[in-house]
Amino acid sequence: MSGRILIGTRKGTFAVEKNGGSWRPKLIGHTGAGVNFVARDPGTGVLWAALGHGHWGAKLSRSTDDGATWNDAPQIGYPEGARHLLPPPPTDTGPGEGAPTIKPATLLKLWTLGFGPDAIYAGTIPGGLFVSRDGGESFELNRGLWDHESRGGNLFDGDGSGETMWYGTPAAEGEFSPGLHSIVVDPRDPKRILVAISTAGVFETTDGGETWRSRNKGLRMDYAPDPEAEWAGHDPHAIMLCHNQPDHVWQQNHCGVFYSYNGAETWRKVSDPDSGVHFGFPVAADPDDGRTAWLVPGLSDMQRVTVDGSLFVARTRDGGESWERLREGLPQENAYDVVYRHALDIDGELLAFGSTTGNVYVSEDRGESWHAAAHNLPPVYSVRFG
Amino acid sequence: MARVELTPHLFLYFPKLEGQALEVDGTTVAEIVQGMEALAPGFAFYVCDEVGRLRQHVNIFVGERRVTDRATLTDAVSEDSRVLILQALSGG
Repeated sequence: MSGRILIGTRKGTFAVEKNGGSWRPKLIGHTGAGVNFVARDPGTGVLWAALGHGHWGAKLSRSTDDGATWNDAPQIGYPEGARHLLPPPPTDTGPGEGAPTIKPATLLKLWTLGFGPDAIYAGTIPGGLFVSRDGGESFELNRGLWDHESRGGNLFDGDGSGETMWYGTPAAEGEFSPGLHSIVVDPRDPKRILVAISTAGVFETTDGGETWRSRNKGLRMDYAPDPEAEWAGHDPHAIMLCHNQPDHVWQQNHCGVFYSYNGAETWRKVSDPDSGVHFGFPVAADPDDGRTAWLVPGLSDMQRVTVDGSLFVARTRDGGESWERLREGLPQENAYDVVYRHALDIDGELLAFGSTTGNVYVSEDRGESWHAAAHNLPPVYSVRFG
Repeated sequence: MARVELTPHLFLYFPKLEGQALEVDGTTVAEIVQGMEALAPGFAFYVCDEVGRLRQHVNIFVGERRVTDRATLTDAVSEDSRVLILQALSGG
């Protein structure tokens, strides 16, 4: 248990630590820049931050001295010839003009980072997974996923099928493109990786990224003509697996909370809309018990605010059969905090989350009670122990 | 050599450029950006994306004129040009 929490915000990177009995934030880097994700590589101890500068684009930053100083890392860019299928802007579309066309891909956003024993992964918009096998000195686009048949096939060497099952996310910067926001590496076998993409769904590789298959069975899309279709715009908000029982995987999305006990082969809806546990972005999975997970629910994807203006954390200890609503120490009136997909994390007994209204809450007893660590930070994008 | 002036915002990321007289050889804006990249590795990817297009919220002026070719940066630069690289004021 490190006890330090790295916070990525709209305006910089903060560390929250316990000093003199209370949790306090401190600005540690990237003042004024958007920090989509910041985390420690557990293998090397290096801190990595995925930045989104308003003017200067997406940049990767790293610190080798625990956050005292930060420097630009070797940068990630789409390779020459990388293309993807994109629909035209809706307002420009006349009759018969809505078909996607092939466009060059450029890096719009670094959205998440993932770490394996021998690799660093970066999830991006427009949907590319980048991999470094030299400690972050260089990153390469994973072609297995980029050239996936569901996305129209190999557009480096030809025009592919002309059809894509990948849609866009409003989180893209300036273009309605897909976003890869979750990367989880199986602790038993680093060749098995799950990624989640808004809006395409969950993909799994078991050969280190050579080939990928969709893992959307059992998910429901209440907004699609066929709610159980393999494709048609699955929008997982986040996935997380149990470290010591990696076949137990959790997902939050528009249409509920979904749980899989067989490595995402099939999913089961386990949310309970009547008790306000249904819609939300982040999920934290217990590292030891695959049936235990935490969420910070909101009120449906139509409103995206807290339920009745009160903030609570939902916990299940039985694979989603039942949910507890944990409220001690959290504001229970006039609280409209929204917690983004990367902004909840767990480390042993400790849990922490941050909200778009700049609040950070920490629990030292697995969510039973909460302490405010900050109230006036910029909007919080990511919370990771490290 | 063209004289290059930068928004102070870029000195946050390239502090060694601050206070320097930036004189760069080039007959097009693209060559000027490449010249800046040689002075400050990483500079080009701040101003342009990976296919060389000027980023949406960045402007370059040659003298008083804003560049017209934002895709390949072919606007002409002469020996005595003043080239300004600025953030675009594109909102709030």
